[in-house]
Amino acid sequence: MTTKSTAAVRARTIAEPGTLVLLCVAAWAVPGAGHFWLGRRQKGLVFLLALPAMFGTGLFLNGQLSPFDLSDPFAALAAVAQAGMGLPWLLARMSGAGTGIVTSVTWEYGNCFTIVGGLLNFLVVLDAFDIALGRK
Amino acid sequence: MCLFAFFVSLVFGVLLRDDPRDQLRTGGLMFGGLVGGALLLGWLVYPLPL
Repeated sequence: MTTKSTAAVRARTIAEPGTLVLLCVAAWAVPGAGHFWLGRRQKGLVFLLALPAMFGTGLFLNGQLSPFDLSDPFAALAAVAQAGMGLPWLLARMSGAGTGIVTSVTWEYGNCFTIVGGLLNFLVVLDAFDIALGRK
Repeated sequence: MCLFAFFVSLVFGVLLRDDPRDQLRTGGLMFGGLVGGALLLGWLVYPLPL
């Protein structure tokens, strides 16, 4: 049985490596952009709203944007995870947000939101990549 | 905790399923599992002297 979504995937499969890279960069930079590109508007809209909201909630809860400091491996890993959010992460860093208040009771919760938000966006990028290749 | 579980289950539900009804079911199950599991674990470790 051919579903509506599989038909859409077949019509939008991307074969060129350059376009694939561009798709992944767009999907990383703007959560859900890859799904929009591939015609999965419903999924793209949910990711576009949910992931930045999750990241923003983390910053609101006094979460800290970790530095890429290799002398502290856990902080470096957290920084990589948070960087997965794309443009919202970049904007937050450039605007000086996410300095974090360690004494705040919600500091750990805030970190959890920002880190998991970034990791979820990595999964969304991988999903867009799979759809583009026609695997899903 | 509920807000975190909501976001995670929403993203996973949409990511893993294509049909909106399946997405709602998967997301709901995941939300219930996350919140229920956290409450259960919380009560299980309650007697421990941590």
